[in-house]
Amino acid sequence: MVPETKTMQSDNTIIEDAPLLVEKQFFTFADGADKMVLESGALLGPVTVAYEILGTLSPKRDNAILIAHAFSGDSHVAGYYPEDMQREKPGWWDSVVGPGKGIDTDKYFVICSNILGSCMGTTGPASLNPETGCPYGLNFPMVTIGDMVEAQKLLIDHLGIEQLHCVIGGSVGGMQVLEWCVRYPEMVRSAVPLATTMRHSAMAIAFNEVARQAILADPNWQRGNYYNGTPPHMGLAVARMVGHITYLSDEAMRRKFGRRLQDKNDFSYEIDVDFEVENYLRYQGSKFVQRFDANSLLYITKAADYYDFTNKSVKGKAVRDFSMSKARFLVISYSSDWLYPTYQSKELVQALKRAGRDVSFCEIEADAGHDAFLIPDKRLQNILKGFLDGIGRRL
Amino acid sequence: MVSADGSKMRYDLQIIASWIKENSKVLDLGCGNGDLLAWLITNKNVQGTGIEMDEQKVEHCISRGLSVLQGDFNEEVDDYPDTSFDYVILSQTLQQVYEPARLLYSLSRIGKRVVVSFPNFSHISIRLQLLFKGLAPKNEQLPYSWYDTPNIRVITLKDFRKFARDVGYEIAEEVAINTQQHDYYGKIVQNFTNLRATYGIFSIEKANR
Repeated sequence: MVPETKTMQSDNTIIEDAPLLVEKQFFTFADGADKMVLESGALLGPVTVAYEILGTLSPKRDNAILIAHAFSGDSHVAGYYPEDMQREKPGWWDSVVGPGKGIDTDKYFVICSNILGSCMGTTGPASLNPETGCPYGLNFPMVTIGDMVEAQKLLIDHLGIEQLHCVIGGSVGGMQVLEWCVRYPEMVRSAVPLATTMRHSAMAIAFNEVARQAILADPNWQRGNYYNGTPPHMGLAVARMVGHITYLSDEAMRRKFGRRLQDKNDFSYEIDVDFEVENYLRYQGSKFVQRFDANSLLYITKAADYYDFTNKSVKGKAVRDFSMSKARFLVISYSSDWLYPTYQSKELVQALKRAGRDVSFCEIEADAGHDAFLIPDKRLQNILKGFLDGIGRRL
Repeated sequence: MVSADGSKMRYDLQIIASWIKENSKVLDLGCGNGDLLAWLITNKNVQGTGIEMDEQKVEHCISRGLSVLQGDFNEEVDDYPDTSFDYVILSQTLQQVYEPARLLYSLSRIGKRVVVSFPNFSHISIRLQLLFKGLAPKNEQLPYSWYDTPNIRVITLKDFRKFARDVGYEIAEEVAINTQQHDYYGKIVQNFTNLRATYGIFSIEKANR
C-alpha cells in the first residue's frame, strides 16, 4: 500500500510534509587498470558518477526509475540538500518528482545521475587528469550519448537493480532514454522520451556551433586550459544566451518581454541594455557561468550533435532500431518547441510503431517552447502518473 | 490502473465489445476518452491502442493507463506493419472520413477484421423529413445543419453492404440497432433494418485472404 504523504490530525488540520531531503552521492569505477573504453576507442579512468536517489527500493527491486537530465542539468532532480536551510534550491524537476507527484517517490525509487563530461560531480573536462595532476581540459576524450548511458548502466548495476521500471528524460536526456532502449533493451520496462529527437537537425547543430564559437572566441578560453586563470565567462554567457533563445519560443518571448524597455522610458541611444529581453538574457548568461564549465558545454553539445539514433555505423551495435526493446513507450512533445519540433517526435513514434512497440504519444499545447517540460504543469503530472502506474499490467 | 465502467458505454460500443475475442490486439480509431478500450482491457484482456486527435482526450486516456497516440488516424494508420491488429475499430466516424475507400483499404491491411459503425441515413425519420419538409434532415444521430456538419458522407446500411461487396470485403458480422437517450440505450433491429435502424455495425475482412 502507498503510505500517506500528509497526516491528518484529529482537528482535521493537515500537517505540512517535512521537506524532501536528498544528498549527492558518488560512485567511482574504472579506477584500476581496467579503464572505461569509450565509443571513440579512447580510454578513461577513473570515472566518478554523481547521483541522487529518492524513495525506497522495493524488496523485489522492481520499482526503480532512472531520470536522465538535459545537457546543463545535474543529479539534483528533486528535493533539497540539508544544507539549503532556506529551501532556495529545489531540484530541477521538483514539480514532477516527489511524494504524490507525477513521478511518485512514495511508490518509486528514483535515481538521477550527472552525465559523463559534465561538471556537477561526474568526471568531465574540469576533473583532474590522474596522469598530469591537472584538469583534463581538451585532453578529456570526446564522450558520446552512448558513453553517458554506459556510465549510468554501471551505476544501476552498482545499486543492484536488474531492470528499470522506467527510464525518463527530456531533451538530451531523451536521447539517453532512446540509447538505453537499444543498448540494454532487457533492462528497460518502459521509456519516456520527452521534448527530444532521434537526431539533431541542421538548425539544432547550427545553434550549438554558435554557442561553441562564442566560447572559442573568448581570449580567456586558452584552448581549454583556463582552470588556473580566469575562465571564459563572457563566451560561456553568450553561449547560454543563444541556448536560452532556442529553449523559448516566439510566443513565450512576446508574452514575457514584448518590446518592453528595461527600467527606462526611452531608448538610451547607446550600446547598452534597452529591452527587457536583453536584460533577461544577460542575467541568464551571468547566472550560468557561476555553475557551469565552458569545456563541459563544448563536449556535451558535441555529443548531442553527434547523436543519431538511426546511425548504423556505431561499432558493435548492428541493431539500431527498437526491434529488441520490449518496453512500453510514452513520447511527449510540446507544441511550441522549435528546437526539437513535434514532427521529430512523430518520426520517433513512427519508428516505434514500425517496430511493433506499444507507444503512446501526446503533443502538449504550451507556449513555453522547448523549456515547457521543465515548467510545472498538471497535464504532464497526470500523464506520467497514469503511464507509470499502468506499466506491468500486462507483464 | 485502467478503470472501466461498462454501463457508461454507448450502445453501439457495447455491441462491438461483444464481438471482440479475448486476448486479441485492438486498435480503436477516434477512441475519445477510451471507454471502449478500458472496457476491453478489463473484461477481455485485450492489448489495446487508441488514436485520438483531441489533446485533452489523449491526456485523459494516458492518465487512465491506456496506450493512446495523438494524431489524425487517416495518416497514423499508414505506419503500422501488415496485420498488426486482430481488430481495427472505427465507431461512428466513417461518415466524417474524406477518403473512406482508401481508409478502409488501409485498415484491412493492418487489421484482420475491421469493425465499423455509422449512423444510418435511410432511417424513417430522415426519409420523412426530406419527403415532407424538403429540408436537409436532422435527428439525434445526425444533429447538424448542412453548413456546419462534420458528417460529409451520407451512408445507409444498404449502401455499405453494396460498397463492401464491390470493393472486395466479406461482411463477417452485421447488426442494426435502434438507440435512444444519447445512444446509451438501445435494441437490436431484426426487420426492415434500413428503415428502422439508427446505426449499422459491420465487421468486415478482405475477401479471399
